[in-house]
Amino acid sequence: MVKRNLPPLTLHIPEPRFRPGDAVDFADFDMPVAGAVARPAIDTAPAAMRDMSYDMVRVLDDAGRAQGPWDPRLAPETLLRMLRHMALVRAYDERLYRAQRQGKTSFYMKCTGEEATSIAAAHALDYDDMCFPSYRQQGVLIAREWPLADMMNQVFSNKGDRLKGRQMPIMYSARGANFFSISGNLATQYPQAVGWAMASAARGDTRIAAAWCGEGSTAEGDFHSAMTFAAVYRAPVILNVINNQWAISSFAGFAGAEATTFAARAVGYGIAGLRVDGNDALAVYAATLWAADRARGNHGPTLIEHFTYRAEGHSTSDDPTKYRSAEERSKWPLGDPIARLKQHVIALGIWDEERHAAMDREVAELCKAAQRESEALGTLHDGLKQPFDSMFEDVFEEMPWHLREQSAQMHAERKAAGI
Amino acid sequence: MTTRTMNMIQAINSAIDVSMDRDGQIVVLGEDVGFFGGVFKATEGLQAKYGKTRVFDTPITECGIIGVAVGMATYGLRPVPEIQFADYIYPALDQLVSEAARLRYRSAGEFTAPITVRTPFGGGIFGGQTHSQSPEGIFTHVAGLKTVIPSTPYDAKGLLIAAIEDNDPVIFFEPKRIYNGPFDGHHDRPVSPWSKYPESAVPEGYYRIELGQARTVREGNDVTILAYGTMVHVATGVIAATGIDAEIIDLRTLVPLDIEAIVTSVKKTGRCVVVHEATKTSGFGAELSALVQEHCFHSLEAPVERVTGWDTPYPHSLEWAYFPGPVRLTEALRRVMQD
Repeated sequence: MVKRNLPPLTLHIPEPRFRPGDAVDFADFDMPVAGAVARPAIDTAPAAMRDMSYDMVRVLDDAGRAQGPWDPRLAPETLLRMLRHMALVRAYDERLYRAQRQGKTSFYMKCTGEEATSIAAAHALDYDDMCFPSYRQQGVLIAREWPLADMMNQVFSNKGDRLKGRQMPIMYSARGANFFSISGNLATQYPQAVGWAMASAARGDTRIAAAWCGEGSTAEGDFHSAMTFAAVYRAPVILNVINNQWAISSFAGFAGAEATTFAARAVGYGIAGLRVDGNDALAVYAATLWAADRARGNHGPTLIEHFTYRAEGHSTSDDPTKYRSAEERSKWPLGDPIARLKQHVIALGIWDEERHAAMDREVAELCKAAQRESEALGTLHDGLKQPFDSMFEDVFEEMPWHLREQSAQMHAERKAAGI
Repeated sequence: MTTRTMNMIQAINSAIDVSMDRDGQIVVLGEDVGFFGGVFKATEGLQAKYGKTRVFDTPITECGIIGVAVGMATYGLRPVPEIQFADYIYPALDQLVSEAARLRYRSAGEFTAPITVRTPFGGGIFGGQTHSQSPEGIFTHVAGLKTVIPSTPYDAKGLLIAAIEDNDPVIFFEPKRIYNGPFDGHHDRPVSPWSKYPESAVPEGYYRIELGQARTVREGNDVTILAYGTMVHVATGVIAATGIDAEIIDLRTLVPLDIEAIVTSVKKTGRCVVVHEATKTSGFGAELSALVQEHCFHSLEAPVERVTGWDTPYPHSLEWAYFPGPVRLTEALRRVMQD
């Protein structure tokens, strides 16, 4: 080490504000005012929207009233359908989390607290818009009313699993719902979504693409590639960043949040950037619709940062009490997305506590019935459910000789071993 | 069909042209492939002919090129991305290994990635560390990828058309040392252009060479040489010079491999030399050697030899000590024939 008459350098290692056992106080959280952010025209130049990347679009105020130019003015039935889908995905998560604890599946991931970021976004898209989700957008499938039992079949890797037990639970694929195959490799779906959107544009189609990743995944190189391609070719794509503050045990500071917002990443690429209250279903809906209209109008891509909070552990393999304060969830200043939409529809006079309680019972029953239907086809408990040969299928369109040979070898070995 | 004399670059260009003309879903993307026509001119004239939405330049981001190509394939297009040098394919490995290769499998056929990644590879051009590598062994190790390597203009066109039409992702390695003419490893002698060789007679229209089929370059009885790419010509030169009665097999496709052609030949000759430019340890030669041992053990009269690049990064000034040329192949053949 060379010593000179200079102050020593220091290395900054980010540290979250609250660790296990710490009292949580968000009093200094600069709560953006609902309705305060202007709604620009859909063809606004990205450079003119710079400030929006540091602000936050919010529609619902503390009293649950819709405020300002981003109020999407949705019909009552749309609001209630969105509320129901959010309740349904939460109930679905609860059931499958329990199923994992019962050993019926090896793994599960909830999206608790983030329901609006997929449900409201999916409601604002057209059904034939192509979604490239990460592993926490089961809400897109729920919003597209994909059969719950089919989703559960995948989670249980049972006989009904269309993916033939090849994928870890929750790595759904549903072409019929325009829901792309989920990969365990983070952010890879981002450039793929851009490529899909480029193809749609190159073919003169009218469909757009939407991608989701977490704030942690924005650190991946694929995020940069996707942003560059999206900007260069003005791809009709919506790039959603779900900033839920945590990437497993790493707080958002390790993805760069101490220095800037994730929406502000858009500025440098020349992409429109919006930052929305991710627990405000109306704000998510409105921002997604704005971005979709922009994309459909050939005005290019939009990055939307959904500011939210991962209310539960990262997965069933994770214990968040080991790295963050348990108080964070209850004190999170932007509240709970379902509670806030519920408050809104009650304030509108189109909903009440009784109907809400009845809805909760009903969606729980739906999940229970779906689970019964799915478990009839087996769970991980009951052993292997897929034909052994299926392991060698779909590696290629046609099975080459070496896979046929290996398949035969597997059978011969099992036979010789008497199993 | 009318044939025209083509070098390998022209044959590749023709393959893409013919394919694009037949199938409107085919798009070409990569660094400098559009207006400029590629740094090796493989895509010359295609943008002018098919338009900018079918042949276009990309930002310099290999993971983006392949990621976007996979997304376009998912939409229903048939992308032919180019990676300027195989040495620069590594940033795209995640998209190739984790995504393109596994998409069909993990979605049980719901989504597929029928892309053909063209990339110049191999040494012998004073390309140093990052313009000479032969990374085919990395890709043959990945379930779900096909790996194709031509050694003549005729094969390059037929194989590339078949690769583009294939519904699985294909890595198409182009031996850039032999773009303009076959190279026998004698770097001190002038290289003749492809026009002096019959393999440069290439049909102008459509034809396919099925993937997974090797080509017997020369029939022989004493030893089997398994080669691909530039090394096919090194082997041919050595056999011409030594008069050894070797059977030279150009594998052409590494995955899926033409195991029948290999086994039939080695059972006949009883001896086998595997030759490739790539580094030795865990190279594709190890797979070939193991397969020959498994399938031809009782026919073997000598240990299988591997003549490969050394286990070092590709050097610049010491290129001809590194490159597995005629001297080394001749020595290996001599050893095998002695046993």
